[in-house]
Amino acid sequence: MKARTVDKIATGIIVTLALLIVAVLAGLLGYILFRGMSHISWDFLTSAPQKIRAGGGVGPQLFNSLFLLVLTLLITVPLGLGAGIYMAEYARPGRITGFIRLIVEVLSSFPSIVVGLFGLLLIVNIFGLGFSLVSGALALTVFNLPLMVRITEQAFRSVPAQQKEAGFALGLSKWKIVTTVLFPVALPAIITGTILSAGRVFGEAAALMFTAGMSSPRLNFSNWNPLSPSSPLNPFRPAETLAVHIWKINSEGLAPDAVQIAAGASAVLVITVLIFNLAARYVGRLIYRKLTASRRMN
Amino acid sequence: MEATLTAPHVLQEAMVEKNFRTENLSIFYGTYEAVKGISLPFPEKTVTALIGPSGCGKSTFLRSLNRMNDEISGSTTKGSIWIDGVDINASGTDVIKLRQKIGMVWQKPNPFYKSIYDNIAFGPRYHGVKGKKALDEIVESSLRRAALWDEVKDRLKDSALALSGGQQQRLCIARALSVNPQILLLDEPASALDPVSTGKIEELIKELKEELRIVIVTHNMQQAARISDYTAYFYLGQLIEYGLTEKVFTNPENSMTQEYIMGRFG
Amino acid sequence: MLNNKIAQNHKSRIEKHHIEDFIGRSYMSFCVLLLIVAIISMVYFVMSKGISTFVVDKVSVSDFFFGTKWSPEGSNPSFGALPFIAGSFVTTLLAALIASPLSICAALFMTEIVPGWGKKLLQPVIELLSGIPSVVYGFVGLSVIVPFLRNVFPGQGIGVAAGSIVLSVMILPTITSVTVDALSALPQNLKESSFALGATRWQTIARVIIPTTLPAILTGVVLGMARAFGEALAVQMVIGNAPFIPKSLFESASTLTSVITLGMGNTTMGSPQNNSLWSMALVLMLMTFLFVFIVRLLEKRRAI
Repeated sequence: MKARTVDKIATGIIVTLALLIVAVLAGLLGYILFRGMSHISWDFLTSAPQKIRAGGGVGPQLFNSLFLLVLTLLITVPLGLGAGIYMAEYARPGRITGFIRLIVEVLSSFPSIVVGLFGLLLIVNIFGLGFSLVSGALALTVFNLPLMVRITEQAFRSVPAQQKEAGFALGLSKWKIVTTVLFPVALPAIITGTILSAGRVFGEAAALMFTAGMSSPRLNFSNWNPLSPSSPLNPFRPAETLAVHIWKINSEGLAPDAVQIAAGASAVLVITVLIFNLAARYVGRLIYRKLTASRRMN
Repeated sequence: MEATLTAPHVLQEAMVEKNFRTENLSIFYGTYEAVKGISLPFPEKTVTALIGPSGCGKSTFLRSLNRMNDEISGSTTKGSIWIDGVDINASGTDVIKLRQKIGMVWQKPNPFYKSIYDNIAFGPRYHGVKGKKALDEIVESSLRRAALWDEVKDRLKDSALALSGGQQQRLCIARALSVNPQILLLDEPASALDPVSTGKIEELIKELKEELRIVIVTHNMQQAARISDYTAYFYLGQLIEYGLTEKVFTNPENSMTQEYIMGRFG
Repeated sequence: MLNNKIAQNHKSRIEKHHIEDFIGRSYMSFCVLLLIVAIISMVYFVMSKGISTFVVDKVSVSDFFFGTKWSPEGSNPSFGALPFIAGSFVTTLLAALIASPLSICAALFMTEIVPGWGKKLLQPVIELLSGIPSVVYGFVGLSVIVPFLRNVFPGQGIGVAAGSIVLSVMILPTITSVTVDALSALPQNLKESSFALGATRWQTIARVIIPTTLPAILTGVVLGMARAFGEALAVQMVIGNAPFIPKSLFESASTLTSVITLGMGNTTMGSPQNNSLWSMALVLMLMTFLFVFIVRLLEKRRAI
């Protein structure tokens, strides 16, 4: 009798707290979208920010975030694939493998601000790349690589072992098996994971403040020569991203509508992350279906 | 001790068979000896069935014949596997080249996540066959040899995973045949299939033995009796009995063999 | 024809497959090597910069770790980092205290109470919470939590309490997902035998499920704390950034990360002020090692 009462109360508390979390997310999303959506317009998304006057946009920042994401993925994905494939298919249990696993674990729990400092010292100063997109992309690579390695390793490990054996029995080299037999099977999981990690990269700010910089030069969006300093495509120019911009206007914004801009930019950021999340699910499923089933099935 | 009863007689036959036999083959996982010094011949145009209770080492033995055990870390093999006068178990053997001569099919059908056509064309293309016409020919002949052509010829571009289990297994046989192996290793190829598909596979094995040597691991005694010419009975890593299938099934020399076969028939 | 060719050379020679495997191995070795170089150089640079406060600028180690006065400017600077170290530890511990019960309840809800729709409802919630960028958390903290605290409690709203609350939401997903994994991995018969003895669900949870999965839950908590300890911007935006040891939860304070965030852009490389920031980064790095070490210890216990 008494145990029953306790059970009921405990269950009630668990359910309440679990639903509280749902409420927190709902409130969070609702607040960001409610506050921000009213400020989002085509003009806001495309025009440059204003320092002191109201009415500035986040166009360059949005572009920088996307461009930086592309650059980062261009570096991270091949590196992560290589190391992840090694861990999944080649590494034999032993000290070296254990060491690499430890490295991946440590690297993935490094505070991003420390990664940013490291980038400032080594990439920006010693390599002399300055505050630039390239510096930012390299810092984000350090930040994102461990995750990419894990994604790849897990994706390859989930491929049925018989696939590999079938390849061996045909007299294929191991590398050929990895690239042409296992890789297509692992691909949906890799793509899903990559898109999710892209969301993380897109919203990262601490690692970028001291690498990609906190300013954006006046960009001329009709100049597509990557070597020109005012070209948006120039990878050696400083590039404040959307996330860094939100931080900056919150701590030192002078424009009278700073709060609205922060709200609008936050909403853009959150919507983008939401899109990444949805896309990850959808694309992964789509590719899996394409690879496995035929038109006749389903 | 039982093994010593039959071993000399097997060894004799093994010595007679020049082109494909094992000699004193032992396989270890760490220090555990899973297969203990087995000498077996695999004569031309025959099917050899490996039978025995689970864990007797027959699958391990089969997988060592194309050195697939190499891919499992911690497994070592001692002894010799003679193919065409060369010991392929010797160090320095190009294992990858070797495997092309020895096709393999597993219990669970494992087609590549590719189209039916690409499943077959994949191996030959890798081994240097060029041109659509040549590949088309190989695809058709392999599928015909595996008795699958008529069922799939209109949908070669479809995913292989859309086929039924029995079709997938025949596709895997066709895939193995596509690189012209001299030996075909079958690891319980029909145990995951329905009776009709099993019948088709057995039919196929009988036809294929005219072209190549077949070694099959099976738990199904009737199947061993129906399709094999020679039978080897394994127990705890040892070869207990080997001989003509008819002889092993009707009049085994060893009482353990008899008990196993009877028990299974029972 | 194909067969004859193979029969002739089954001994080693340089074949196509050798070249392929060589290329593959070289490529992978390069990637792995880069990973190793990245971590080693990171450790090296943070270490060498971090100790220069003590080696070059001759600040005593105990002054740094136990000094409470932080005034790096002026003719007689002092580099007491205790306020920031304390700030980091207090916010992290508070965040873990808030987030852990919530996360465990969420995990129980998803696996024990309503395994069907509970998981369907909370899984995306947890994923989304972990996907929201930290600056957005900081912004919401600044515009919702801080005003709320200002109205309800004494003080300006900014401070340790605001920082801890923001951090607790940020580490919720980490703790929850690790706990869910552990709970789902429990053998079914463990629960059934408890129910068979007449135990209620809560008794089963409290006496069987939680004790069995405790090391895993703690792993999640430690991973969450690692994230909280290293989080920079969200905390910096709501904590107030005063260089004092907080005497109340509603007083402005600082953490190691917030000081680095604000100071790094305003100091010159190599100056004592700048070096002291690197020393704090070194503390952050060493704490990361400690967290990973604890996680490993817990995982070892779990394996037995």
